[in-house]
Amino acid sequence: MTRVAVVQFPGSNCDMDALRAAEAVGADATLVWHRDTSLGGADVVLLPGGFSYGDYLRSGAIARFSPIMAAVQRHAAAGGPVLGICNGFQILCEAHLLPGALMRNAGLTFVSRPVPVIVERAATPFTSAYAAGTLLQLPVAHGDGRFAATDDVARMLEAEGRVVLRYAKGDPAAPPGNPNGSANDIAGICSAEGNVVGIMPHPERVISQLLGSDDGLGFFTSFMTTAGTAAA
Amino acid sequence: MTYRVHVRVMPRTGLLDPQGQAVEHALTALGFDGTGDVRIGRAIELDVRAGTADEAAERARQMCDRLLANPVTEDYELQVETPA
Repeated sequence: MTRVAVVQFPGSNCDMDALRAAEAVGADATLVWHRDTSLGGADVVLLPGGFSYGDYLRSGAIARFSPIMAAVQRHAAAGGPVLGICNGFQILCEAHLLPGALMRNAGLTFVSRPVPVIVERAATPFTSAYAAGTLLQLPVAHGDGRFAATDDVARMLEAEGRVVLRYAKGDPAAPPGNPNGSANDIAGICSAEGNVVGIMPHPERVISQLLGSDDGLGFFTSFMTTAGTAAA
Repeated sequence: MTYRVHVRVMPRTGLLDPQGQAVEHALTALGFDGTGDVRIGRAIELDVRAGTADEAAERARQMCDRLLANPVTEDYELQVETPA
């Protein structure tokens, strides 16, 4: 059975949603406290959204030195799947598991609404359930979501096909896709090997028609089919 | 010896600073004509115990590189106060 660790930082607030989403696809999911030093043999690690350490200094800057992050680094280095959602993405960038940084939204306002995004890369443990080019409506909820990187890094991400999600225009009647001024409309990226993925949108909030949509379910069904082989 | 260290962290030149822009607009709205290129950073002060001022500066630099500033988006300057 696929074992999933959802890391809980002080200030995480999407931890239970991520846990439930993992359970909904049949994973054996547990919460792991940030002060723990072991992931308990998890096949997949989820870093949930929220405001770890109150976003003090910079979003994710302090959480990335939590004791559990050494185990996350080892898991990632061994090729294990890691998904950072929102604050989790910010933590992965601060921890240098992903390049770039997430800065204050260009419009300065906290943006909380569904946005259209395109799955640019299906070859990750978290997007393999989608076909590349699939248009999804996923909720975002962040104040610091503007992806920034040097021109060299942005070019490298594009050249290596490491943009996983991109804000799309979607319905012409709806507000424009890019909600935060991210470089190249980037909503999510992955590591060179593809096993570490960071995304600003919240797929765990849309995993069932009961919640209005199941557009995000694929992020969780994906690792159920790939995690076994990746961790073996 | 305890040295007071002043760290100034600024968003890297060329990167969009929406806070600076918003404040610039507000200043213009208040009638402060001729205001431009407002940028907002962060000031951090801390005590560092070290043998010499150079040693204190070196330790503070390490703190900046690891935690206090993000090398991707920010530049920092630091100043070590000579104890009275």
